[in-house]
Amino acid sequence: MVLDAKIPDGPIEQKWDRHRFKMKLVNPANKRKYHVIVVGAGLAGASASATLAELGYHVDCFFYQDSPRRAHSIAAQGGINAAKNYQNDGDSIYRLFYDTVKGGDYRSREPNVYRLAQVSNAIIDQCVAQGVPFAREYGGQLANRSFGGAQVSRTFYARGQTGQQLLLGAYSALMRQVASRQVKLHTRHEMLDVVVVDGRARGIVTRNMVTGEIRSWAGDAVVLGTGGYGNVFYLSTNAKGCNVTAAYRAFKRGAFFANPCYTQIHPTCIPVSGEYQSKLTLMSESLRNDGRIWVPVRPGDKRPPNDIPESERDYYLERRYPSFGNLVPRDVASRAAKAVCDEGRGVGETGLGVYLDFKDAIERMGEAGVREKYGNLFQMYHKITAEDPYKVPMRIFPAVHYTMGGLWVDYNLMTTVPGLYAIGEANFSDHGANRLGASALMQGLADGYFVLPYTIGDFLAEHRQSTVDASHQAFKQSESEVRSRIEKLMSIGGTRSPDSFHRELGKVMWDYCGMARNDAGLRQALEEIPRIRDEFWHNLRVLGAPESLNQTLEKAGRVADFLEFAELVVRDALERTESCGGHFREESQTEDGEALRDDARFSHVAAWSYAGDGDIPERHTEPLTFEYVKPSQRSYK
Amino acid sequence: MATGLLNYYRTSTGKKMVMAVTGAIIFGFVVIHMLGNLQVFRGPEVLNHYAAFLQGLGGVLWVMRGIMLIAVVLHIVSATQVTLQSWAARPEGYAVQRYRETTYAARTMRWGGPIILLFIIYHLLHFTFGTVHPTAGHFDKANVYQNVVMGFQVPWVAGFYILASMAVGLHLYHGAWSMLQTMGISHPGWNRWRKAFAVVFALAVTIGNISMPIAVLTGIVTLD
Amino acid sequence: MDFTLKVWRQAGPDEKGRLITYEAHDISSDTSFLEMLDIVNERLLEKGEEPIAFDHDCREGICGMCGCMVNGHAHGHQQGTTLCQLHMREFNDGDTIYIEPWRAKAFPVVKDLVVDRSAFDAIITAGGFISMRTGSAPDGNAIPVPKKSADQAMDAAQCIGCGACVAACPNASAMLFTSAKISHLGLVPQGQPERMRRARAMVDAMEEAGFGACTNHGECEAACPKEISMNFIARLNRDRLKAALVE
Repeated sequence: MVLDAKIPDGPIEQKWDRHRFKMKLVNPANKRKYHVIVVGAGLAGASASATLAELGYHVDCFFYQDSPRRAHSIAAQGGINAAKNYQNDGDSIYRLFYDTVKGGDYRSREPNVYRLAQVSNAIIDQCVAQGVPFAREYGGQLANRSFGGAQVSRTFYARGQTGQQLLLGAYSALMRQVASRQVKLHTRHEMLDVVVVDGRARGIVTRNMVTGEIRSWAGDAVVLGTGGYGNVFYLSTNAKGCNVTAAYRAFKRGAFFANPCYTQIHPTCIPVSGEYQSKLTLMSESLRNDGRIWVPVRPGDKRPPNDIPESERDYYLERRYPSFGNLVPRDVASRAAKAVCDEGRGVGETGLGVYLDFKDAIERMGEAGVREKYGNLFQMYHKITAEDPYKVPMRIFPAVHYTMGGLWVDYNLMTTVPGLYAIGEANFSDHGANRLGASALMQGLADGYFVLPYTIGDFLAEHRQSTVDASHQAFKQSESEVRSRIEKLMSIGGTRSPDSFHRELGKVMWDYCGMARNDAGLRQALEEIPRIRDEFWHNLRVLGAPESLNQTLEKAGRVADFLEFAELVVRDALERTESCGGHFREESQTEDGEALRDDARFSHVAAWSYAGDGDIPERHTEPLTFEYVKPSQRSYK
Repeated sequence: MATGLLNYYRTSTGKKMVMAVTGAIIFGFVVIHMLGNLQVFRGPEVLNHYAAFLQGLGGVLWVMRGIMLIAVVLHIVSATQVTLQSWAARPEGYAVQRYRETTYAARTMRWGGPIILLFIIYHLLHFTFGTVHPTAGHFDKANVYQNVVMGFQVPWVAGFYILASMAVGLHLYHGAWSMLQTMGISHPGWNRWRKAFAVVFALAVTIGNISMPIAVLTGIVTLD
Repeated sequence: MDFTLKVWRQAGPDEKGRLITYEAHDISSDTSFLEMLDIVNERLLEKGEEPIAFDHDCREGICGMCGCMVNGHAHGHQQGTTLCQLHMREFNDGDTIYIEPWRAKAFPVVKDLVVDRSAFDAIITAGGFISMRTGSAPDGNAIPVPKKSADQAMDAAQCIGCGACVAACPNASAMLFTSAKISHLGLVPQGQPERMRRARAMVDAMEEAGFGACTNHGECEAACPKEISMNFIARLNRDRLKAALVE
């Protein structure tokens, strides 16, 4: 199958405008006859629901939390990028575009990224008008900071809670539409299937997590804003509930899954402290602006950090990357941390950690200055670790944070299933093989506020209202499949909890498909995952009833999907024998250990299609061409 | 505006505003009442003269009494409504609940209110109508000084007044600060003074009120 | 560490619930409170007993999903944090710990420790927004916001909607939650046009949901994991009065 990304013609800076002009419009009087189903209420899902409703469509919004204010977008700390150039420091749409393509290690689609940079400014305007309390300067103007390796200050922020404030902004816009009855919310509903009739997405099947009711919902288009799949590693910075089920169900119904091996490992997380640990906590990357990262020069040096003299400290990022220093992109910083830990120079009890030291910052800015800037982060660290970072350097270690891979979408954000869209982290589109800091919020909101509402209109204008309703045979079929799967999970009657399988899977994924991957390890993972999956289906224990709130059952369903999906991630990693961005193949590195791309063989998107249970999915490619940003070896030296 | 105010009263914020405004009126009365009563320390003539002055106000006195009566009734009605709303808001309580911030004064507002009401009734019967004056037959409407001193010379009467004054003090303390909050009188610059104001105010009134029965009991103020 | 837990178990909204005693042995002091519950649940499952249902998601103190009364304190005795940020090292070995759901008529129990907080969404739906259409905004810097206002607005906007204020309030009042949103939007210039309407509508929705009345105890502020100040309640009172006068 040829993957047609439907890139509009013309020079890159005119593509989006031309496309918008060419798109068909839905007659305002007809809009209210269309029904859009949105799954997920994070930045992408909430902003899309609100905007589609404003336009006049009827929207049903489904999500697993008890309120649309809780999606994990809320946890983003650092900020949101925009090419406003308010600092007059040389930023522009083109520079943001350039930085994002380069930061993505030349594995993203140029026209998509350009559009993202173009709409970035409108996002800031939109959020300000919603009342998002962005940080301000004394003159009342918006404040910016430089973030995540950018050499211009283009990041807008609201203390360390930018994601929260942007999500609450989108949430407020959504609730305004709920008030005007354009949107109906379905809280505590989990999507368990996409229903495709005559090759077009017509609706979804959900489970009401409170009553256990399985129900079908028909619509004219289905939008998935269901986030990333980082929890396939069990331990990640994702919320506990984040899962791949919606995306994976879509995959099984014909949507291609692109680049699943592109997973981002964030360099500044609090290290794992024990077996019981349920999640990893991210410390904002902004800490790297003032903190200095080091490990002892001598392997196995167990002295307390403050007893190690300057001469015996290795500020390895500053040493290896003199021009970017501690601000190198996430993938580079993460791998460097792994490298020093592999040399036996890691710190903390487990040896899996490096120091992030604020001693110099405290000397320069004073403790009060540091407190002003990072107080809440320091407090958070203190509470979790019982160590005072004003006195002892923080210990950090990389952790799974974001997934660049996702459902394959064309320029219109439509998957390979007509009428099925994927937005935000759930799609693969804009970040290539590595996402830059403060770009996730930008992409989620760009998709939801400014891209999807146009492109979905074009689709709806071309396609008459769906005459298929939830009584159609395909819905009944799907419902019965969902029910029998739940019955199966309930009836295994084994001894192990879903969490125990999830932990086991996560360990395999982290060991063999984590920060560094190699052929043998990936093949090993392909042996182990089916074994775990097999045991899961024979030895799982779920208690309680399916007709009520049953959190074990919810987890079991999600883990079952992770157990299949993990194989896809590993397969993709195995096939891509180059290193790029978040995907590092040990076989493909430069002499000094940097990621080495293979543009000749891998300058493409790998999109996988489902081939049936037990069959190996099929790998398709969408070639990537770079007309504007010529691929080069990334260098942060 | 009328419907606006009516809708406003339907909300707990409106009822609380009524409580705050009527509370403020009652505060004013309590302070003036106390200052007047403190004349007892200046001897029978001054006090009796002051009492006669008040009686001589005639219509004005009745207007003031009317305002007081309305304020008290509104205060009680709105407080009752607010209390019922809050009780209904938590049909099932906690097995364990611990407090961090709230005060004894705040938690006893609801019981302090009715107790103070009972005291006021007793107080009126005692000094205004003379029907329950402990030394029966000696109540003399014109000789307030004698009524006060003879009344407080009975230890249990004085004791009751002291306890009641303390209850009033507690009620005033939480009431004063609560009133500022409810009326929206708040400013980052001087918010920390709001509680201090309430403490000083409540203490002053309590000490003033208690000083009278104590002075009689200890013989500082006597009949002669 | 070892603990004795007294956990509220309730099979469904209309079922009767009661406190059940569980022993939690060998708990590392570094586990978070929710991880301790995870361990207890794993062991319950092993024994063939249904695990305790509790809400949680981000486990980093920002989503607002988690929260229980722990020994009579909303989110536990540690101040300024959510339950997921409370660690077992904050307890003493051998402690008995009471774990109960938020209690309010407006927050009916769904199951065990899970409650329905949709009343909060209803309050926001009534007016917790600035009415503007996507794409209709002027340039971000066209509306200067004094730093002081922006900071104060942010202090209020930090609310995570967890419901601890209601749970801790002796009156089960939602004034802190409601006032935080009214203040956030009322403190920035963008929120002025709808300020009175918003105050009126949100307070009315709060009343309708069945919350209690604020009597200024201050328990909400003490329980709030984001330490939102009850001075915002004074702001709400001011705005609601003004709204009544202009209606």
